Amino acid sequence: MKDTIYKKILRRKNLVVGIIITLAVVFMAIFAPLMSPYHPIDDADLMVSDQPPSIEFLFGTDEQGRDILSRVIYGARVSLSIGLLSQAMNTVIGVVLGLLAGFMGKWWDDIIMGLTNIMLSIPSLVFALAIMALLGPGLINVFLALGFTNWAYTCRITRSQVLSSQELNFVKAAQALGYGKIRIMFTQILPNIVGPILVIGTLGVAGAILIEAGLSFLGLGTQPPTPSWGGMLATAREQLFTSPWISIFPGLAIFITVLGLNLLGDGWRDYMDPRISRQ
Amino acid sequence: MEPILEVTDLKVHFPIKKGIFAQTKGYVYAVDGVSFTLNKGETLGVVGESGCGKTTTGMAVLQLLDITSGKIVFNGKDISDISKMPFDEVIDFRKKVQIIFQDPFSSLNPRMTIEHIIGDPMRIHKMFGEKEIKERVAYLMEKTGLRPGQAGRYPHEFSGGQRQRIGIARALSMGPEIIIADEPVSALDVSIQAQIINLLVELQEEFDLSYIFIAHDLAVVEHICDRIAVMYLGKIVEMASYEELFLNPRHPYTKALFSAIPIADPRAKKDRTLLEGDVPSPRHPPSGCSFHPRCPECFKTCNIDDPVLRNMGNDHFVACHLYNRH
Repeated sequence: MKDTIYKKILRRKNLVVGIIITLAVVFMAIFAPLMSPYHPIDDADLMVSDQPPSIEFLFGTDEQGRDILSRVIYGARVSLSIGLLSQAMNTVIGVVLGLLAGFMGKWWDDIIMGLTNIMLSIPSLVFALAIMALLGPGLINVFLALGFTNWAYTCRITRSQVLSSQELNFVKAAQALGYGKIRIMFTQILPNIVGPILVIGTLGVAGAILIEAGLSFLGLGTQPPTPSWGGMLATAREQLFTSPWISIFPGLAIFITVLGLNLLGDGWRDYMDPRISRQ
Repeated sequence: MEPILEVTDLKVHFPIKKGIFAQTKGYVYAVDGVSFTLNKGETLGVVGESGCGKTTTGMAVLQLLDITSGKIVFNGKDISDISKMPFDEVIDFRKKVQIIFQDPFSSLNPRMTIEHIIGDPMRIHKMFGEKEIKERVAYLMEKTGLRPGQAGRYPHEFSGGQRQRIGIARALSMGPEIIIADEPVSALDVSIQAQIINLLVELQEEFDLSYIFIAHDLAVVEHICDRIAVMYLGKIVEMASYEELFLNPRHPYTKALFSAIPIADPRAKKDRTLLEGDVPSPRHPPSGCSFHPRCPECFKTCNIDDPVLRNMGNDHFVACHLYNRH
């Protein structure tokens, strides 16, 4: 049996690539102190500032002479924790509201969907900016801002999935068999809509990482000297033409992480669905 | 014969909502005054074209949708409004009235194993101990022609006919008295249809079940039904025992349905009564008898008065002005 599970996963190339990239980034974040050759903040040496990539500094150094490789590795901690935590919050808020709207109907639906539409009409970066302006810069505030901004997509998807699956015969059968509303919600409907929620969730992590980078780039997110990919890009943009490696490597880190998460989300959805995984 | 289910003047109207504030702009008269009784151990066939309200009638009896008006009495208890009933009685009703669906693919939860699909209802209502439930699942699977060894599999690993058997086993799990079979064989191959119908007949004898058998063609119901109700546009137009209806169809619509049954003899010549036009929209049912725009024998009262279902003797009920004139 175990053999077939491995085979099933291995057959999905995008899932495999997604898992490898995501695991690599997670590994990098957890074991950052062991992996990075220098300390990202303290090992600043103005004698070696703006060095291009070399054997000594694989990714080069920035304007303060800090090792970019070490800063990129440490930056994964900020990006991933913000991405995962805020998207976890989004998913919980979105799924709960979506289930309520879809299952209770009537005025629950009207109020929740109204709120969702308002949220969707504001670009999430702008909304996050507004919250940040209110709370002030800082890591925890970024997390809060993102945690309350992106739930609308999850909520919409959950609601529409609940509505469409309520018409499915096995849900009607469960009603006829005397299943309670809450039991139907959690045993019949929720397991069948995990796929889309997961995909939206993984995409959301990627989106949150991007917004965090954006906020840090604008100077509202992670504060220097804590290394974060967005913050590194912000300071590097002045030297984009003279020392491009300072911006290329954090940019690549964002790109690869977001790509890996998207591949993971897509592949996971296909794998979770027994109807697709049969082929 | 002891009636187990009595439905009186059942109406289900779906509001049509439009505009920003979802104002009601009329109704779909899906079921519009249906009355029938179902006796213990009997099979009542409900036939009619798509959209005539047969499935809605079944769903209303199951209390899976809100009825507009009318009365449903099950085993002497009024169950017309389940939301006002005490919880125990609701559960009791749920155990006793079950459904089999048309589409065997959407009727089983794709993420549950067969063991859970059949066994969970009994677990939820704490009807038996865990060991007994396991035994009962195996017993029910065997009864419905499945191999109990396959209980750990998921629905997508089974064929359409097998899935329909799983659906039947699930309906049987709580020991029902009435099973509403909503076109249970329409989605299956002809060879499988016969198997499922035979299975339903066997189970009826063994478990003392009463069926409401919904179908859209008469050829299928003739093998299983004791009585047949013919529906047209939300109303029953004719209801009689199976023999009576086949020998002596009275309503022009029933006659047209009978003449549409294909005969497996290329030389047999038959006068076919072909109906013209389409079923009118249940949103704007015609005045008077709702069948009059398509009726070959329509005369002047037909578009004014709505005929009532009258007993023509021998428990043969017809709603048609043709038999009302004298």
